[in-house]
Amino acid sequence: MDAQLRRGVLDVCVLAAIKNEDSYGYKIIKDLKPILELSESTLYTILKRLEEGKMLIVRSVEFEGRLRKYYHITDLGHKRIEDFKSEWKEMMGIYSFIVEENRYE
Amino acid sequence: MNKQEFLGELRNKLKGLPPEDVDNRVSFYEEMINDRMDEGKSEEEAITEIGTVDEVVNEIAKDTPLTKLVKEKVKPKRSLRAWEIVLIVLGFPLWFPLLLTAFILMLVAYILLWVLVIVSYVTELALIVAAIGGIALFFIELFHGDFSMLYLGMSLTALGGSMLLSFGCYGATKLSVYLSKKMINGIKYSIIRKGRN
Repeated sequence: MDAQLRRGVLDVCVLAAIKNEDSYGYKIIKDLKPILELSESTLYTILKRLEEGKMLIVRSVEFEGRLRKYYHITDLGHKRIEDFKSEWKEMMGIYSFIVEENRYE
Repeated sequence: MNKQEFLGELRNKLKGLPPEDVDNRVSFYEEMINDRMDEGKSEEEAITEIGTVDEVVNEIAKDTPLTKLVKEKVKPKRSLRAWEIVLIVLGFPLWFPLLLTAFILMLVAYILLWVLVIVSYVTELALIVAAIGGIALFFIELFHGDFSMLYLGMSLTALGGSMLLSFGCYGATKLSVYLSKKMINGIKYSIIRKGRN
């Protein structure tokens, strides 16, 4: 996959993984495992980028005597998901135009 | 390897990153190992899943822009003392040519990478021109000279060669792109590991 495209898709995937409830690093990796294999360092980079873009905020929560970082989606993050959906609706239209055969017969 | 050893080695090999980045990275991996152990995995298993330290450092090198690494490398650890500034100024005739040489050497290595591409495209162009020229001479000779068939043969040979070489051009470009990426990644990897002197 084209690197630029892949980056955008991964960002939205991670946002979707924290959309309904706050989540932490390892859980995000596990939740996304059925659809894509995400390495730790890739996830780190994505989370950092999303945090800098104010699409999520990080909270340290105490868990069994240690701190665990929970990621919480912001309104901007929700908006990014919605934008992605409408962009892809358009993309899907283009896709079906491309794969549709015998158009002129 | 246990968790402390893994994290210690990781910290050691990330010397070239800004200190706060190192802390963030290391605590991120620590949490990843802890979470796996909470799930019932052994320390050993958890670390195996993460990968080797070198693999992790390599991935981090890929993610980090070269400019950030260079900036961190040249940033002084503390403000300079007066005599150090004097030394730097006096030493200018010595360190400047050295720095310039290092820079030029890197530039030459980079240009060498692309020479193959340039040569293959120039040869390709030459063959195409030869093919067209040969055809033109063939028509001229056809009515006036004795060598028309020779020109036709030469033209066709050049044409065939140019077709074959077009694969070579493509291959050389791909190879150079690949090698220059490797070279930049190698530089980043070594800066991250060595850090500041």
